Parts: sequence; C-alpha cells; structure tokens
Amino acid sequence: MALRDERVTLAHGGGGKAMRDLIEEVFTSVFAPPGMEDQARLQAEALAEPGARLAFTTDSYVVTPIEFPGGDIGKIAVCGTVNDLAVGGATPLWLSAAFIIEEGTEIALLRRIVATMAREAEAAGVKIVTGDTKVVGRGACDGVFVTTAGVGVIPGGVEMAAGRVAPGDVAIVNGVLGDHGATILAARGDLALSSAIESDCAALGHLMVDVLTVAPGAKAARDLTRGGLASALNEIAEAAGCGIEIEEDALPLRTEVVGMCEILGLDPLYLANEGRLVVFVPEAEAEAALAAMRARPEGSGAVIVGRAVGGHKQVRMTTAFGGQRIVDMLVGEQLPRIC
Amino acid sequence: MKFASEFRDPKAAKVLLAEIAKVADQIGATKEKPVHIMEVCGGHTHSIFRYGLDKLVHEGIEFIHGPGCPVCVLPRARVDECIEIAERLGVIFTTFGDAMRVPGTKKSLLQAKADGADIRMVYSPLDALELARRNPEREVVFFGLGFETTTPSTALAIQQAAREGLGNFSVFCNHITVPEPIKALLDDPHMCLDGFIGPGHVSMVIGIHPYDFIAQDYGKPIAVAGFEPLDLLQSVLMVLRQIAEGRAEVENQYARVVPEHGNSVSLAAIDDVYETRPSFEWRGLGEIDKSGLRIRAQYEAYDAEEKFGIGYAAGRREVEEAEGCACGQVMTGRMKPVECPQFGRGCTPEMPLGALMVSSEGACAAYWQYGGARAVEPAE
Repeated sequence: MALRDERVTLAHGGGGKAMRDLIEEVFTSVFAPPGMEDQARLQAEALAEPGARLAFTTDSYVVTPIEFPGGDIGKIAVCGTVNDLAVGGATPLWLSAAFIIEEGTEIALLRRIVATMAREAEAAGVKIVTGDTKVVGRGACDGVFVTTAGVGVIPGGVEMAAGRVAPGDVAIVNGVLGDHGATILAARGDLALSSAIESDCAALGHLMVDVLTVAPGAKAARDLTRGGLASALNEIAEAAGCGIEIEEDALPLRTEVVGMCEILGLDPLYLANEGRLVVFVPEAEAEAALAAMRARPEGSGAVIVGRAVGGHKQVRMTTAFGGQRIVDMLVGEQLPRIC
Repeated sequence: MKFASEFRDPKAAKVLLAEIAKVADQIGATKEKPVHIMEVCGGHTHSIFRYGLDKLVHEGIEFIHGPGCPVCVLPRARVDECIEIAERLGVIFTTFGDAMRVPGTKKSLLQAKADGADIRMVYSPLDALELARRNPEREVVFFGLGFETTTPSTALAIQQAAREGLGNFSVFCNHITVPEPIKALLDDPHMCLDGFIGPGHVSMVIGIHPYDFIAQDYGKPIAVAGFEPLDLLQSVLMVLRQIAEGRAEVENQYARVVPEHGNSVSLAAIDDVYETRPSFEWRGLGEIDKSGLRIRAQYEAYDAEEKFGIGYAAGRREVEEAEGCACGQVMTGRMKPVECPQFGRGCTPEMPLGALMVSSEGACAAYWQYGGARAVEPAE
C-alpha cells in the first residue's frame, strides 16, 4: 500500500509517483486491463462472423449525489454505456473509463466507485480495458465525473434503427418507470419526502440479447435515460415518421413515484431511468419478447405500453380517464411547481 | 394512489358528463352562446387539459382560464428585481422551480444563474432558512411568491428566523391574494363570466367565505373545487345547477380538504407576519388595490425590499410587457392562447415571451403541452 492519503490532492494528477500510486492502487489493480500500454488491443471472434459490425459509443456521467439508494456514479457509468450499445443491438464487450476528480475527494469514495464499476462490468460481461485520470482544483468539478466509452459487436442480420419502426409494431418496456429520477430527487435531500424507492440502474445487455434471440424482427430500442419514456417515444416517432399511441393504464409506475410526482407537479413519463428501455417489435413477436424479458430479473416487470400507428405522427396517450392527449418532448428540465 | 384513482373513474365521469349536458341544455347553453365558467386556479387549467375535460363537456360550456397562477401574474419588473438582488455580491438567491424560466426584461433567473449569480432552487422556504444557517457569511434571500397557498410557509420561515435571530435571511415578498383580482375581473365591463370554479389549495387556507362577495354582490355562482377530474366535473355541475335554479352561492365541492373557515394556524401566521399593501401590480391586470402582502415593520429585518432598497420600497418602476405578448389578455379570458399571434411562433416553451408559456400552471403551457392548440394532426 503505497497510497497513504485519505483525500485526492493535485499531486495525484501531477504525473509523478503519487499519480502512479493512485492509478495502480485504485484503478488498474481492480480493473486489471490487459497489458499496460497506452491503448487497449482488442480481439473478438464475433467480429469475424459475416455481416458483423463494430458499435462504439461514449457518455459522460455527472450525478449529485455521487452515491444514492440503488447505486452510485460508477454503476451508472458502466450500465449507461452498456445500455447505449445494447439498444443498438450490439453485444457490449469493452469499456474505457476516464475520471475527472475534484481535489479533496475521499480516496475511499473512489475505491467504492471503482469496486462498483468492476462488479457491474463483470455482471454485464464487459471488460474495462483502458482509462484516464485527471485531478482538478477544488470547485472545478463536482466531486467525480466519469466518462465511459464502449465497444461492442453487432451480429450480422441485426439492424436496429428507429426509422424502421412501422405501424403495428408493439412497444414494450422492461419495468416500472421513473424510479431513478425519483430516487435522485429524494436523495438530494431538498425534499422533505422520505421514500424507499431505489434507482432502477441496471445493465441491459443480456436482456437485449435474449429479446433479439426470440424476436429477431425487433425494429428499434431506446434506453429511457434523461427525458424518460416520453422523450424516447418522440424520438422514435419522428425518425419513423409514424405515430405512437400508449395507454396510461398500461404504464408501469410505482405508487410512490406517482405520489411524488403529484406532489411536485412532475410527470413520471419524463423522469429519468438508468435501467429501462423500450423496444419495438412486430406484433407477432411481442409475446415472445415479453416472455424473454420477464425471464430476467431486470425485465421482470416488462409490459406492453402501446404501439406504433399510422394516421398521425404524434405520441398520444389515452388517459386512464378515457380522454386522449399529446405526449410531447420535454422542454428544458422539469421544474417543480409552487403549489 | 387508490385515493386519487377514485376521483378518476371514467364511469362516474360519464354520469356527471350526462348530467352536465342535461342542465346545460336546460339553461339553453350552446356552442354559439356558451356559459362562461372561469377556473381561477392554474392547477385547474392544467387538470382540464390533462384529462381533456374541455373536449368532454357539453359544447355549450366554455372554460375561461383565470389569473390564478402566481408565476404568470408576476410582472417582468419583479423578475428583473429578483435578478438584481441575486447578482449582488455575497447573495444566495433561492426560489421555487417554476420561477426559474420566466423571462424578465433582459433575462430569466435561469440565465442569470448561468451568468454566475448564485441562484438555487428550493422546495420550501424552510430549505432557504437552512441554507442561511449553513452559510452565515452569505445573505440568503428567498423569493416569496404565491397566493395564500404558499404565503403561510413563508410566514413560518420568517417567524423561525426571528426566533433564531438569523441576521442573514430575508424574503423578497411578492405574495398576493386571490379575492381581489376576482373582484377586479368582475368590475371589468368587458368581462362576461357566468360562474367560477374556486381555487382548492388557496381555500384550504382561507376557507370559502372570502368569496361571499362573488355570490352576494355580483350574483355569480362559485364552487370551490379539487383538482381531480371528477372534482372539476362535479364543480361544473354545481355551478350549472345554481344557474339553472337562479341561485348564486358559494358551494364547497372540495369539503374533504377545504374547511369552511380555513386553517386558523395558517391564518394566524399570515396575520402576524404580513400586512396588506395599498396596491400591487399584476401582469396583464395592472395595479389592483389591496391585492398584495408586505412584511410588517416588526419583521423588517427579514424584508429584502427594505434590506436591498428594491421593489415597492424603491418606488414603482414601469416595465412594459414584451412586444406582441398577449399574456394579459389571455389571463383575463379575453383571448384564448391559440388566438395570440405569438403562440407557437414568437412564443414557445423554448423561447417564451411571457410567463403563461413557462409556468407549469400557465394556460399557454397547458394548451401547448397537451396539444389543445397545436392541433392534433389530421389523419392522412
């Protein structure tokens, strides 16, 4: 144990021994990337299959608080990038992880984040093969920012694209909506609300592989992150040039989340998720896709929420009350109301 | 949400809608000559659109969207003053989320925050109080905004600050009251209103008697209503029945929440901390006598107007509405949001001209969000 400090100092980003100790003890000893060169060298048998393609994605993660019920920034960083690959039909294989760390951050917090990332990566079947560490002065960032990039392989014959969705296709989500957004709201401590809700954060690579196995005609999928289900459906409707109709009664929502939204004047359809996706499959494959999702823990709450339609190009919801209304894109972020 | 779902039962709604249609026919309400019912509260406006009630009720009933959204009736000058306070050195300016995007003359609080002002969104004035305790070297200002619904919680925060002797907490008080603008609307010869749906949350605090003048002096029926769709439909029916029977009374549809005489603890806190201003400016309605509250001299140390020499303490400032903005006319029911030439053109949720497009309770936002305006596209 060469690293004796309790908190990160600017020296840990200075390129000298302190930095090497931090990287070796906190990051590489846990992620165990192959070799120690400045780049990862990757080989995948799946790539040799006819028609297979590489998928490549990147995302940066900033979340307050860094640790919350049901996860931490590391879990989101792994799951988020895995899910970006998965919804494109790719089997996620490798990740990079870059950390921007604020001076003064506890080393113990970093260790916890890294442990979570290693655990989640293993569960998701991906390897963290390269990374980067930067330390910035106090106030220059909010604790820890993590950027992950991911590489996966799309098997030949899989062609997921929002533009392929057509009238008649069925929309399935893999579980209750808005838990992550509600958890973060409650965990920020600004609300005098106590709640037992946990983030839905989960990696969905295996789930998508299972869905594609039984529903090879699946058209498109989106992970429901910022902007929630409403924004994802609007994106798909726009790309597909068709309408989407959903049923309010069918939406999987936890009572606590609905209650919190009622109090704050928020709409759960726009709340963020970190372990939820919507997939559009042809009607004939819908039951099989649903069953495949429900067979996995991260899809046990899967339900059909609606379908693509012709005749208009909007996202519309039949309300539990029997009326119909448009579900539009979110403008800015949802702001809680006064009363 | 079993409790809420009971008030969203489509079967019960059908019964109410049939009854509404029957009474509407009975009093001769038609599309050409509709009964005008004003829902005073913005929360009601949103429920009406969220559940599509405007399309479900008899065509002879027209909802007029009233001025009951505190963010919407905030004049631009007030937003400018908020920004002026927020941009002072050492200030932490705290506000409810709704007010963040409302445009002032030059910018909104959200833009001022991006420009470097320390503006924080809180969920309660007590959160602002906590910030003041944790930042003794900073001046924490809370943007006191809202009708009688939020007025008591600001009062309690001021009382608590006084008890603790907190020297670095103050409130920029823009609290307003509901009965006076209703009176102003009723006095307006251009207004043509046949009845009112009274604001449920406000009435929880003040009870139903402050509306007695509507029935007694102006002969208009009013039903204080809850926010669920069945609450609203039942209230519409109550108003229509009064019209049909030639009555004008204050009825309480929301009796499960609204006590006839209000909440005495809240009323006592209001009375202790505030006094009525001679007049207060409303966006679209102008100055209305005795429609605003200011902090009493005894709590002057917690009054940001006094502390910063701003607002009415600095004399009234004239600020015109944005050019082409018809918020005032929409808010007084003279114009539907879609009739505003700027709606969806110069004024959208991304680039709002006025507060009605920004506030979560604004009539234009409701029209836009739920598609009442942009039309539901025709089938191809």
